[in-house]
Amino acid sequence: MKILAVSPHLHSGVSTQVLMRDVLIALLPAGLASLVFFGWRAVWLIGVCVGAAVLTEYLAAQFFKKKNYLNDCSAVVTGVLLAFVLPPSLPLWMAALGAVFAILLVKELFGGLGHNIFNPALGGRAFLLASFPVWLTTWTRPFDAVTTATPLALAKSGQLLDAVSRATVQASAAGQAVNYWDLFLGNVAGSLGETSALALLLGAAYLLYRQVIDWRIPLGYLGTVALFMFFAHENVAFHLLAGGLLLGAFFMATDYTTSPMTRRGKWIFAIGCGILTSVIRLWGGYPEGVCYSILIMNMFVPLLDRLDEAKSK
Amino acid sequence: MKKFLKLCPTFGLLLGFCPSLAVTTAVSNALGMGLAFTFVLTFSNFFVSLLRRVIPEGARIPLFIIIIVTFVTISDMLLAGFVPDLYKALGIFVPLIVVNCIILGRAEAFAYKNTVGAAVRDGLLNGFWFTVGLVILAVIREALGAGTLLGYPIFSANFTPILLFVLPPGGFLLIGFILAYLNEDKRA
Repeated sequence: MKILAVSPHLHSGVSTQVLMRDVLIALLPAGLASLVFFGWRAVWLIGVCVGAAVLTEYLAAQFFKKKNYLNDCSAVVTGVLLAFVLPPSLPLWMAALGAVFAILLVKELFGGLGHNIFNPALGGRAFLLASFPVWLTTWTRPFDAVTTATPLALAKSGQLLDAVSRATVQASAAGQAVNYWDLFLGNVAGSLGETSALALLLGAAYLLYRQVIDWRIPLGYLGTVALFMFFAHENVAFHLLAGGLLLGAFFMATDYTTSPMTRRGKWIFAIGCGILTSVIRLWGGYPEGVCYSILIMNMFVPLLDRLDEAKSK
Repeated sequence: MKKFLKLCPTFGLLLGFCPSLAVTTAVSNALGMGLAFTFVLTFSNFFVSLLRRVIPEGARIPLFIIIIVTFVTISDMLLAGFVPDLYKALGIFVPLIVVNCIILGRAEAFAYKNTVGAAVRDGLLNGFWFTVGLVILAVIREALGAGTLLGYPIFSANFTPILLFVLPPGGFLLIGFILAYLNEDKRA
């Protein structure tokens, strides 16, 4: 935006291409985890999403007569992130449609890279969830692909038993137990790339080490959810590990284009995401709220940037 | 093609978005809405034009509304009495014709200043093109969002409807694309 220090400005030597490459490297562990848990299906889903995203970017660039498209790899990142937030059993044509929507409507129609209001991958997911609600809420278990519910959905319907003390199998007629070790490794039902906390944390550590992402947003986001759940007498560890919170906090909410520029803006943005996610999880209609909470807070980003812009005058 | 689309008040004047978004989820709803709308517009234009020398300048808007309300009430009762299913499907949007900006717009901008014959002609034409616009939107939305046209399936059995198109965002997106198409030449 327009908040810049007085000139001269030094180019840090970091290009969009390098940043996007770092993000892709950081997504690698989660990609490998999805391959382990969901098999070749994961490769297909990621491949179709990336392919459709890149193709759409290429065609949109032709149509809008743009130059230097595709070089920045941002379409690849969008494709991978979209695949990561989709159920592994989703028909591939739906995934492709979601990628087209994400690139064409959410990104290119708003002006392309750097101008979109919403996170393209999450926009694509929201489109798919509104269009194909049954497919987008059908989850399969890792390894054997048996249809089941996600841990968050089980918690919402009151069927999840607390397995903190006895981390082994604790299934009864009414409910299923979730093993924290499985939750940490990713051996649970969920979106393709969101299940493995370990893999996501590895990638996030790399991004933080390379200073690609600002630590304020994930910390504010996760911290708010943790505090909220603590005061709501919910299981904090479960809510941090389950669902797409880690993926959202480290890889989605930190998107440069759709997150605030200033430190204060980042804190407000992250805390807003945390509150919305917690509220949706506890009292909303959906078991998971990461996607919508980030999309909603995306809308406040221009306002948050203006807030500090006005102050700096 | 562009010329024809611009005759439709929704795309040409950007008026009447409320019904254009709300009732175009099915072709039957769009047709019913278009007919009710044309009926109200033609008669309100007729009476506004007929009474244009009697209606004082300062009180014209409330008087237009009273004329419009009369015909909206008539169409509301006719729909409820003869096509109750359609009436239920249209719901609040039939009474809302009262505040439809196209009708008030035509009364204010045209019927109040022109002869009875011209006003009736204006009402019929605007009603017709508005109906055409609604049906265009409804055909696309019903086909993609429900896989049917006028309730009959048009795709093979394993077609999965894209539900978004019968939801409000689908309506907004579609109107956005049509407007983008209509305004395309302005960039050159």
